[in-house]
Amino acid sequence: MATTLDHSGPPKSGFSIGKIWTDKKSRGVIIQVIAMAIFCAILFYLASNVVGNFQKLGKPFGFDFLNQPSNYDINQTLIDYNSQSSHGRAAVVGILNTLLIAFCGIILATILGFILGVLRLSPNWLVNKLAYCYIEFVRNVPVLVHILLVHGILVHSLPHPKQAISVADKFFLSNRGFTMPQPLFQPLFWLVVAAFVFGIVFAFWYRRTARIKQAATGEQSPVFWVMLASIVGLPILAYLLTGLPIEWQVPQQGKFNLKGGMAIKPEFIALWLALSLYTAAFIAEIVRAGIMAVNKGQSEAALALGLPREKTMNLVVIPQALRVIIPPLTSQYLNITKNSSLAIAIGYMDIVATIGGISLNQTGREMECMIIVLSLYLLFSLTISMIMNWYNKRIALVER
Amino acid sequence: MNLFKYAATAATTLALGISVQANAATLDDIKSAGELKCGISTGVPGFAFTNDAGDWQGFDPAVCQAVAAAVLGDTSKVKYTTTTGKTRFTALSSGEVDMLARNTTWTFSRDTDLKLDFVGVNYYDGQGFMAPVDLGVSSAKELDGASVCIQTGTTTELNLADFFRVNGISYEAVPIETNDEARTNYEAGRCDVYTTDASGLAATRSSFDDPSAHVLMPEIISKEPLGPLVRHGDSEWADVVRWTLNALIAAEELGLTSDNVDQMATGTDNPEINRLLGSEGDLGAMIGLDKAWAWRAIKAVGNYGEIFDRYIGADTPIGLERGINAQWTDGGLLYSPPFR
Repeated sequence: MATTLDHSGPPKSGFSIGKIWTDKKSRGVIIQVIAMAIFCAILFYLASNVVGNFQKLGKPFGFDFLNQPSNYDINQTLIDYNSQSSHGRAAVVGILNTLLIAFCGIILATILGFILGVLRLSPNWLVNKLAYCYIEFVRNVPVLVHILLVHGILVHSLPHPKQAISVADKFFLSNRGFTMPQPLFQPLFWLVVAAFVFGIVFAFWYRRTARIKQAATGEQSPVFWVMLASIVGLPILAYLLTGLPIEWQVPQQGKFNLKGGMAIKPEFIALWLALSLYTAAFIAEIVRAGIMAVNKGQSEAALALGLPREKTMNLVVIPQALRVIIPPLTSQYLNITKNSSLAIAIGYMDIVATIGGISLNQTGREMECMIIVLSLYLLFSLTISMIMNWYNKRIALVER
Repeated sequence: MNLFKYAATAATTLALGISVQANAATLDDIKSAGELKCGISTGVPGFAFTNDAGDWQGFDPAVCQAVAAAVLGDTSKVKYTTTTGKTRFTALSSGEVDMLARNTTWTFSRDTDLKLDFVGVNYYDGQGFMAPVDLGVSSAKELDGASVCIQTGTTTELNLADFFRVNGISYEAVPIETNDEARTNYEAGRCDVYTTDASGLAATRSSFDDPSAHVLMPEIISKEPLGPLVRHGDSEWADVVRWTLNALIAAEELGLTSDNVDQMATGTDNPEINRLLGSEGDLGAMIGLDKAWAWRAIKAVGNYGEIFDRYIGADTPIGLERGINAQWTDGGLLYSPPFR
């Protein structure tokens, strides 16, 4: 073995065990084999420890409990759920709540982060320093404190539903959340949806033909206005023509709470705001770094060519800045998703609170529930990474 | 080759060293460690609280102290671990604590499926509702549409769902982790009603600035027998905790108090007292303890009635009546099996 692996010197006369170690390549292989063996041994130890403890406690292992009725209620559900639904369904409710907070959080954090990042680069001293102070304050306080703080402010400072702050008696803000009219769709509403879908398809078809036309003849078409008209105008027209097929269920004062309408719970608002504001501070710094990474010469060159400032920004600076921004931005998106597990602190019913909390506690299936929660977070994070990596590839520098 | 040998030895040690932590001899472990690890709640006035010196006191820690006195001869040799409704069973199952003494309801599935052993009941409770007087609600059935604060991971959470479903009324559950959080949310008006065991409600109400502004509703919607519990599978240790609790209950029935127990231990004409306090026979040896185990427990924390009066009785701010928690001789449910 040793002689075949060794290409560095003249052929060795004989084989000895010591040479396996002194030879660089075979030593490398041995170390890797040992490392792998230790790794497997640790895994084996952990697995058999779990199995052994389970056996000793006499606890069965299995996922049958997911079909049992959960017997508890959840206050925010995106799908039909009641206390007779199964633990599995409770888990799905939790998953959807986690995805909702992650999705909303990512959008708001991105918008705020980009705005803050640009403000941070502003030549205006006051704006610049305000953004700086905000970022430094927010980044350096743990996110759990932010969540508790925002929730505390919402619950303690907003009025009771009886004295809710109302706008036109249709929108209400109280310490039980933000309540607004709920749309009830009539049968004809599908025409409006159809018009909207058709509008989008038409708009993109028009944009494509306009580009081909411009490439061929140099003639420009009013792309923006046509797209706006077909995406927004067409559904509105359909809505008016079909006779306003949406009824609004306006919230009314009930005995304890506002009845009817849609309510966004203070727990959701608190978690959403806290996660977004916190992560926005990090995104702002990433955006600032991205923009500063673009050489000044680039924009100067663009301006020298006569491109207006707006186009310089959109066509020259931002595409190059995005290449620097996207990879760290991905990890901020992952952070939002994972930090949303702190929801339990204020009682937002996410996946950790449902399957990893109440179900776990009521059924005593710690191992199974934790495996479910763990694999779901892994799945979410890997999906986000995948999407962001795909986007990163798309905007990466194309070398010809 | 040295490195290789090292690694090989390490790997074999790891692979062979699958020694799962023994839980068969909890009593021996406690004796050799000289410390009882006891799981308690995060704080309920009267039931578990820290005194000015920072030591845990209350109706539930008293059980831990009694067991520590019986086993180790010293009430201070208890290591308290606070647990929430969610973490308590994992803490017990994993061996982080030797016993739990925190308002925990004895139910079928906890006793069987969760592999725990309830050793007795130290407080017969039931789930109630508390609301501000201003709300003008006199019955829980009028709570249609209300927001209800509820501790997650408890039986009360399940009872609540059942109660509202059976009565066909809707509510918004506001889940919270600990009694303190519930109090904060309730006081801030996040929820209209707080529901938990009636004793817990009385305790929480006593801590408000103006307790009379809050009313407990007449409905008691469940049976909540609260008691200490241990891991399933170690009957010897379960016996120690069970009979220490029974000794406290029997002590009240037999008229033994922390004051007169010294004198009684010298011998009386009641053979059961003599057996309990060790002046006759050797009951202690049967559970792996010495003769004076029960004497020490009663001496240290007093009998059941003394504990009740000291922490949660009518003369305390909590102000709970004995009710069904009186001795069976007084029409209550407390009934210790005989010491024989």
